[in-house]
Amino acid sequence: MLTKTVKKRISFLSLFLIISIISIFFILKSLTNNILYFKSPTDIKLIKEINLNKKIRIGGMVKKDSLYISNKEIKFVVTDFKNEILVTYRGAIPNLFSEEKGVVAEGKLKDKKFFIADRILAKHDEKYMPPELKDILK
Amino acid sequence: MINFINPSKIFKWIEKLLNFINSIFFIILIVGLTFALIISPPDYLQGDSVRIMYVHVPSAWISLASFTCIALLSILTFLFKVKNLNLISKSIAPIGLLFTILAIVTGSLWGKPTWGTWWAWDARLTSMIVLLLFYIFFILSQKMIKNEDRANKISGLIAIIGIINIPIIKYSVDWWSTLHQPKSINLLSGSSSIHSSMLLPLSLMLLVLLLYCALIFLMKYKTEIIRIKRKNIKRL
Repeated sequence: MLTKTVKKRISFLSLFLIISIISIFFILKSLTNNILYFKSPTDIKLIKEINLNKKIRIGGMVKKDSLYISNKEIKFVVTDFKNEILVTYRGAIPNLFSEEKGVVAEGKLKDKKFFIADRILAKHDEKYMPPELKDILK
Repeated sequence: MINFINPSKIFKWIEKLLNFINSIFFIILIVGLTFALIISPPDYLQGDSVRIMYVHVPSAWISLASFTCIALLSILTFLFKVKNLNLISKSIAPIGLLFTILAIVTGSLWGKPTWGTWWAWDARLTSMIVLLLFYIFFILSQKMIKNEDRANKISGLIAIIGIINIPIIKYSVDWWSTLHQPKSINLLSGSSSIHSSMLLPLSLMLLVLLLYCALIFLMKYKTEIIRIKRKNIKRL
C-alpha cells in the first residue's frame, strides 16, 4: 500500500501542512491584539500609552455590591479579581446583566480606572442548570 | 476496504439503511423534541432561551465533524487516488453547509436575548464564518468547474487548507478572550457543566440531527452513484 509515490505524497502533504500551520500560528500571534474581543482590567493597567479617543472593549466580572442604578445612569465595577475599573453607562442593559456575572462594555477610557460605556453586553458562562438547583446551591 | 466502498456493491445496502432510518427517525424526533421543548427545565439565568442550545450545539458539532471528514477524505484521495472517496465528500458538503448556517443563525437568535447583540466579531464567531466560507468555496468549486478531475483536485485542496481552521474554532474560546462562553462539555475528562436534566435532551437532539445527516447523506450519495451509472462509467 505504501509505495514510493505514496510516500512522496505523504511527505509533501505533511510538509505543506506544517508550513501552513506555522505561518498561521505567526499570523494569529501577531494579530492577538485584534483577535481579543475585550481587554481585562489587568490588560488595561499594562498598556503604556492609553488612547482616550479610541473605542475599546473591556470585560470581566461585575463586582459584588458595586452595581448602582439611578434614573440617569448605571455605575458598576468591572473586576478580574486583580484590578478593577469603574464603568458608567446610560441606556438599556441586557437581561442577563447582574452582579457577579460576566460583562463586556464597549466605549472609551477616561483614564486607567474610569470607563464610559456606550454599549453593554452580558457574557454568559458555561454553566447550565435548572432554577431549583440554583436555589439549593444558595 | 476499497472493495467495500465500491459504489455498485454499496448501492443495495443504502436502500436498506435508508428504509431503516426512515422507520425510526420520526419516533426519535418526537421523543427528542418532547424532551427538549417540554420536559427539560428552563435555565436559572437564560430561562426558556436555553432550548435554542439543543439545536445550536449539535449543529455546531456536526458542522465541525463533517468538515473534518471531508478534509480527511480529501487527504486520503490525494495520497491513494481513490476516486470513490470524492463522491462521499461531495455528499457530505451540503450537510455541513446546512448545519454551519444553522449553528450561526441559532447562535445569533440566542445571542440577542442573552448577550444583547445579534453578532460580535469575536474569535469563535469569526472562525465559524471562515468555516462557512470554506464550505461555500468547496461546494462552488465542485459546481463551477466543469472538468471533474480538476474540480476534485481544487476542492480537495480547499478542504485540506480548511482543516487548519478546525482546531482554531475548537480552541478559540480558550486561547483568546471571546464573548462566546467556553466549552461546557469536556470529553477528555468526561465532565460537563450542563446539568444532567439538560444533557439528556441535548444528546437526544444530537442523535436526531445525526440521523437526519445520515438520511441526507445516503440520499445524496445514492444520487451521485446513479449519476455515474447513467454516464456509463463502469469503473471510476
